[in-house]
Amino acid sequence: MLRWLKSPATETQITHGQRLWLYIFAVIIMVLLVTPTLIVIPMSFSDSQYLEFPPETWSLRWYRNYFGSPEWMQATRTSFLTAFLTMLVATPVGTLAAYGLHASRVRFVQAAFVLMITPMMVPLVLVAIGAFYVYVKLQILYTITGLVLAHTVLALPLVTIVIGSALKGYDMNQEVAARSLGAPRWKAFLTVTLPQIKFAVVTAALLSFLTSFDEVVVAMFISGGDNPTLTRNMFNALRDQIDPTIAAISTIMILVTTLMMVLAQIFGQQRQPGGE
Amino acid sequence: MVAIHANEDGLRRDERLERLKLFGLSSPATLLILVILVIPVGWLFYVSFVGADGSFSLENYERMVSRKSYSRIFITTFQVSFLTTGLCILIGYPLAYFLSQLPPRLASLCMITVLLPFWTSLLVRTYAWLVLLQKQGLINSWAMSLGLWDEPIKMVHNMTGTLIGMVHIMLPFLILPTYGAMRAISQDYMKAASNLGARPRTAFWTVFFPLSTPGLFAGALMVFILCLGFFVTPAVLGGGKVIMVSMKIVSNIELFVNWGAASALGVVLLVLTMIILWVASRFLKLDQIAGGGH
Repeated sequence: MLRWLKSPATETQITHGQRLWLYIFAVIIMVLLVTPTLIVIPMSFSDSQYLEFPPETWSLRWYRNYFGSPEWMQATRTSFLTAFLTMLVATPVGTLAAYGLHASRVRFVQAAFVLMITPMMVPLVLVAIGAFYVYVKLQILYTITGLVLAHTVLALPLVTIVIGSALKGYDMNQEVAARSLGAPRWKAFLTVTLPQIKFAVVTAALLSFLTSFDEVVVAMFISGGDNPTLTRNMFNALRDQIDPTIAAISTIMILVTTLMMVLAQIFGQQRQPGGE
Repeated sequence: MVAIHANEDGLRRDERLERLKLFGLSSPATLLILVILVIPVGWLFYVSFVGADGSFSLENYERMVSRKSYSRIFITTFQVSFLTTGLCILIGYPLAYFLSQLPPRLASLCMITVLLPFWTSLLVRTYAWLVLLQKQGLINSWAMSLGLWDEPIKMVHNMTGTLIGMVHIMLPFLILPTYGAMRAISQDYMKAASNLGARPRTAFWTVFFPLSTPGLFAGALMVFILCLGFFVTPAVLGGGKVIMVSMKIVSNIELFVNWGAASALGVVLLVLTMIILWVASRFLKLDQIAGGGH
């Protein structure tokens, strides 16, 4: 141990001992980054009205509360359906856009790219009240259609960026080769390009699912009536009082997120040729 | 000769047509963004210039200048944004540095601690902090049973709670691009610096730090912009004591149904964001910001 402290940490001869503060600091921050989220999980299994850790008596009370409530169940359905449909719309639309912008190289591509990422730059509240206004006019307020359209717009920048950066590392000449051998462009794209960027497509799809599933502010305005989202109801419940049912729902949401992360690790991680 | 020229022209026209067709592939996305985002925001811009009597007026903007409550909201918004960004830099930069010095395998393992909160719903994370920080919450009860303090300390429903939550939520946005920039710095530069006689500290500040700044700036910019328009965390953890612009916009609509006032605030928020992005884009590439660490 002592020898390790005195050994140089870098090529510039600073020792581990001199950097010990950095290691301690980093570990503390890493712990602080994950624990607040994780601590909710055991607390959701508490029997007490007041959230406690560690729980004195364990029970599934709050889960029964959640699964037994028609309102929460309806909101859960809305959230999952909206997220799933958003994924189905945003992924192809965003992929097409990223591909088109990458391949066309016309003069206004830069401008189109900026437009594509504006949903990331415009404050969410503004998107929310703007959509609220249009939806009243279009009469799609409080509908799944409306929610999916708005969430698709929010997911498009992510999809375009992820697919766009994958295309940057892809040699478009392969498609030229396929087309010179007689394949039409769409076929060249589907059979040559798409299989090589499929990891990015999977990542983009998972990101758009989560974008929709976790979104609060826009949903606050344009979801409701028969179709409130889970996050909208959670936010409203948080404003009133601390209901331990929220801990149970949070645990389920953390599970969904973790599942997405694992899926992204399995399907989204491109194996570098020759690398690890 | 003429025939050759005609052929060349034709080819060029074909190519241009082909490019336009490809460009057209982005039209569904463009159309969606225009209809759902750009046109409504344009309409809000228009509404912000309509007075209570329905004619053109600047009253919505005048109110912002004349009323003290509005200037306080803008001051709070900037305060929260600056403090959050500053704290994120102070905490995130060393952590990113630490991660960038680890061997790749260990680094990607430690990266999970950054990515897990990054992917987790911000509502869930805000809720977690509410539970931890409240009066009968974990931190108070643990600290009191350990004898650190006798009375429960108020850590939530105020500025402290808001900042804790915001920093926790924004940290990954700063760490990821900074880490990306640091990983791209070759160790050879540091070796060269120390070979030329620089002490570790000098080598770090004159070689490593400047090379890592593009990532740090991109991250800090992202954090600052997100903070300016933030709603959920200050609304839940601020307890009505920290009122930011986006919260005033929401209450203008939900409570007072005053679209003019809400729109004017929204326009100011958007213009501020755009100015900051524009200034930043003169130093950074915009796609670098959007692309994060990639």
